[in-house]
Amino acid sequence: MPKLLSGAEIVFKALEDQKVEYIFGYPGGAVLPIYDELKNHKSIKHILARHEQGAGHSAEGYARSSGKAGVLLVTSGPGATNAVTALTDAYMDSIPLVCISGQVPTHLIGTDAFQECDTTGITRPCTKHNWLVKDVNDLSRVLHLAFEVATTGRPGPVLVDIPKDIQFKKGKYKFFKGTLKKKLNGKATHKISNSELDKFIDLIKKSSKPIFYTGGGVINSGPEASKHLRELVSLTGFPITSTLQGLGAYPGDDPQFLGMLGMHGTYEANNAMHDCDLMINIGARFDDRITGKVDEFSPGSKKIHVDIDPSSIGKNIKVDLAIVSDVTTLLKSLIKRFKEKNKNFVNSNKQKTAKWWEQIGKWREKKSLNFINSEKIIKPQHAVQRLYELTKNQDTFITTEVGQHQMWAAQHYKFNKPNRWMTSGGLGTMGYGLPAAIGVQIANPGKLVVDIAGEASVLMTMQEMSTAVQYRLPIKIFILNNEYMGMVRQWQELLHEKNYSESYTAALPDFVKLAESYGCVGIRAKTPNELDEKIKEMISIDRPVIFDCVVDKAENCFPMIPSGKPHNQMILGPEEEEEISDEGKILV
Amino acid sequence: MAKSKSAYSVPGKIGKIERHIIVVWVDNEAGVLARIAGLFSGRGYNIESLAVAEVDKKKHISRITIVTEGTPQVIEQINLQLRKLVPVHKVADFKRGEKDILFRELALFKILGNSKKIEKVKKICKKFNPVVLDKTNKSVVIQVTALRAEIDKLALDLKSLGLISTSRTGAVAMTKGPSTFN
Repeated sequence: MPKLLSGAEIVFKALEDQKVEYIFGYPGGAVLPIYDELKNHKSIKHILARHEQGAGHSAEGYARSSGKAGVLLVTSGPGATNAVTALTDAYMDSIPLVCISGQVPTHLIGTDAFQECDTTGITRPCTKHNWLVKDVNDLSRVLHLAFEVATTGRPGPVLVDIPKDIQFKKGKYKFFKGTLKKKLNGKATHKISNSELDKFIDLIKKSSKPIFYTGGGVINSGPEASKHLRELVSLTGFPITSTLQGLGAYPGDDPQFLGMLGMHGTYEANNAMHDCDLMINIGARFDDRITGKVDEFSPGSKKIHVDIDPSSIGKNIKVDLAIVSDVTTLLKSLIKRFKEKNKNFVNSNKQKTAKWWEQIGKWREKKSLNFINSEKIIKPQHAVQRLYELTKNQDTFITTEVGQHQMWAAQHYKFNKPNRWMTSGGLGTMGYGLPAAIGVQIANPGKLVVDIAGEASVLMTMQEMSTAVQYRLPIKIFILNNEYMGMVRQWQELLHEKNYSESYTAALPDFVKLAESYGCVGIRAKTPNELDEKIKEMISIDRPVIFDCVVDKAENCFPMIPSGKPHNQMILGPEEEEEISDEGKILV
Repeated sequence: MAKSKSAYSVPGKIGKIERHIIVVWVDNEAGVLARIAGLFSGRGYNIESLAVAEVDKKKHISRITIVTEGTPQVIEQINLQLRKLVPVHKVADFKRGEKDILFRELALFKILGNSKKIEKVKKICKKFNPVVLDKTNKSVVIQVTALRAEIDKLALDLKSLGLISTSRTGAVAMTKGPSTFN
């Protein structure tokens, strides 16, 4: 007869078998048996956050920069509800998370017990699946299934709710592998046929105005997908643009790369998307920040959509060729088939796309990311550019909060590798970047990790600095401080007659002193001429740093597709601001 | 409102609304109905009626029949989103009016009245497999099985004959002929 283990022992046995090295969490009454067991498992290190949301974002940062599932351990009631924002964030951006939550003992469930909440009910819409384990003999099967659901198909968060009495009870442990009978989200249920590939290649060959539009699916498919994407783009000689989540899959400084597309994307990327005759969407989901008004989105193009999630295809935009597949699998077979029959395509096809590249060149001449620099005051775009120039020669990981600084980072920081860019895109969670940086640093010791932040966002999870100091994680919090919720202020300026309702923070802390009180280093830069030196100082310090970069308060993030305009009419800069129609104002 | 030229969150053209019957085979486990219903409410889909019961005691499989309305795009999303749920085994989608599909709903009517009135009631219900489940000298509980619209009409007709209470199930569906849906 196999040895019986307690529920808490089973939890750790399963984590060990899943090769988990780190868990991010916060203890409480209903998970004490699990925390009690922690000491017996030396291969698993617990990172104590200061708030469960912070633990969740740290687990996300860990997952995104390592390619492994992030593990989160929280208590019942408030522990679980605090984790909801992080779970929803992971759900929107397809990040594999396994959240283990404590629950009140089974005999108290439903009695409104202390720190009880309906955790599986609350997290049902923000997880791929969740379980309430009421029998200790189910626990090992559920935990292994949880990892499988989180990491296969389109990745995402899952939650396992374990009542306290189950954590004490003895039961059998078994390592389950591949218990999921049907493949999730269509993964591998669909074998790519040669006729599909030939149709794909045929569309490529017929096109004279093509564009690749790639997204987070390329990153989620693993580093190999980025390699294949680079090969395909160079084999075809086609231009490529990327969504916010896809940055880094293709080198940001490559001449075929048109920059990010969408609401704050480049002029050339958005115009090319609008005017193309072939759009090849690989691992992106036609999000509303990309498409704008769907009826007028890229009206003249044939569209190919590759996605691992069949429900993403045809949800927002109808396409001509839909392929349900993992990106790596598809690209591998596509490239093989393409090479067989199309030797030297890139040169023989040059003539056909020459006019298209000429047009793209004209759009590029607009230099839509330009801004008017200043010698007196630090422009936020300038700060990001200097940060990029001074860190590009080392393997740097960037996280962000949400707002103007996030868009400036996406526009001006050029990524050359996947998994180096961690930002909250789908949910748009202010307060994401600092805890995410902690997770990134844990997964990548010795690497430079910078959170490009706004002062409003970073205050939402500032308490996690204490975590960074405790574990000696030398993360750099680079705050573009304009004292405003910048993106809110920008919209109020452009859409609400400069009525800056509640977007100014009148009583900000002194970030340098704040850094010192946390036991880390505070640096402040106030003028452009001291900026480089201070950034270099920040990089050289092997401790957590809060960098207070005092920037222009009134700067807006351009280019921008304003409400009330079709997709190919962007505002390029302050001199071009136009009136926005009343109907445009009601839109988000 | 004038035609908006906005680039953001402008509703696109709305397709023709169709009524579909969606049959879902699920593991009969705690919370499974909430998962299905939550998917519909969370994404703004409509549930007109719902019928659910375990159909395989050994494998614990329940069969859920949902009547819903939506544009072809929404119906496709409902199908694809349902298939993503872990406890869902398979999903069948039938359009209302398809020839090879049988639909039935069951209704119970309680009617007050003398025996003369009740005879009249039975006559009206004749086409819809009426079964008298309970009878007193001043009331009757009668069961009918029919299509939704037929029951709607019946309920209307019975109103003047002393109908005081109606209880109805959602629709259930099955394919005609020897084959089953796989």
